[in-house]
Amino acid sequence: MSTRDSWLRQVLAEARATHDPSRLAAVVPYAQTMGISLLLAPEGPHAGELLGVMRFAEHLIGNPVLPALHGGALCALLESTAIFQLLWESELSATPRTIGLTVEYLRSGRPVDTFARGMPTRQGRRVTNVRVEAWQDDRSRPIAVASAHFLVHSDEGPAKLEI
Amino acid sequence: MSDERLDAEDLNRLRELGQRFMRAVPHNKALGLELRSVGEGRAEIFLPYDLRLVGNPETGVLHGGAISALIDACCGAAVFQALRKPMAIATLDLRIDYLKPAAPGVGVIARAHCYKVTRHVAFVRGVAFLDSEDDPIATSAGTFMLGTRTTSRTEGAA
Repeated sequence: MSTRDSWLRQVLAEARATHDPSRLAAVVPYAQTMGISLLLAPEGPHAGELLGVMRFAEHLIGNPVLPALHGGALCALLESTAIFQLLWESELSATPRTIGLTVEYLRSGRPVDTFARGMPTRQGRRVTNVRVEAWQDDRSRPIAVASAHFLVHSDEGPAKLEI
Repeated sequence: MSDERLDAEDLNRLRELGQRFMRAVPHNKALGLELRSVGEGRAEIFLPYDLRLVGNPETGVLHGGAISALIDACCGAAVFQALRKPMAIATLDLRIDYLKPAAPGVGVIARAHCYKVTRHVAFVRGVAFLDSEDDPIATSAGTFMLGTRTTSRTEGAA
């Protein structure tokens, strides 16, 4: 991680030391505004996995008639979760910067809490590709999926992600 | 869809509809989105700079998610402007490329153009920029489903 991001490195170290990933989301104003946080899956086959969560609030609604969540809010959850997950689970030399993402909306988002989890599909020295899914009550029925790619290279030092 | 061009009265009606749409959609309102102008199949929306939407507290730059929501809303508004009669729409897919970060303290403008409408699907592209459309911070391409369900759900997802 670059020296420019030393504040983030410190927060990350504290969050890891306390096993509390929500501390990472708590320092990002936009995540706070959106009600986006992080948690470790409590039990079941995915116990201990880092999950993104967007707590439902009225201001996330994009279609007040249905009602349904705003596509942009889901996009934000997917992108944020991927970035937080890369920070939490990898030793990056730089904060991931989004190059691009493609979101497919599969089902309308109901006015309830939404969860997300990313699966890195390729971790390169400069670019990491991640597929992210968002779901509500049933993880096997995602409401939106994204494929995203991030620049993870810092010019200030050698990257350590080569696999 | 008819091939007739819209007259001034139609455009005024669409503009009014668009402004109501901005105010009626809670998330657009929460982001402070301002519909600046509309045309046939076109929309321009402004996202004012807001500390609550910052992604990196050290640099003060807006989070990519806020830019995504702006682009999504602008693409949707452009689709509305391309329809002969109002109907429910839903984003099917949206691809966004981030060309460079936004600047601290500066709002972002998005412009979108819905360039093709079929019976079920509308195709739209968009761009987000600070000062000039020729120097974009993000570009996008998306598709929207037309005439989606407008009644409340009873159970499960659609």
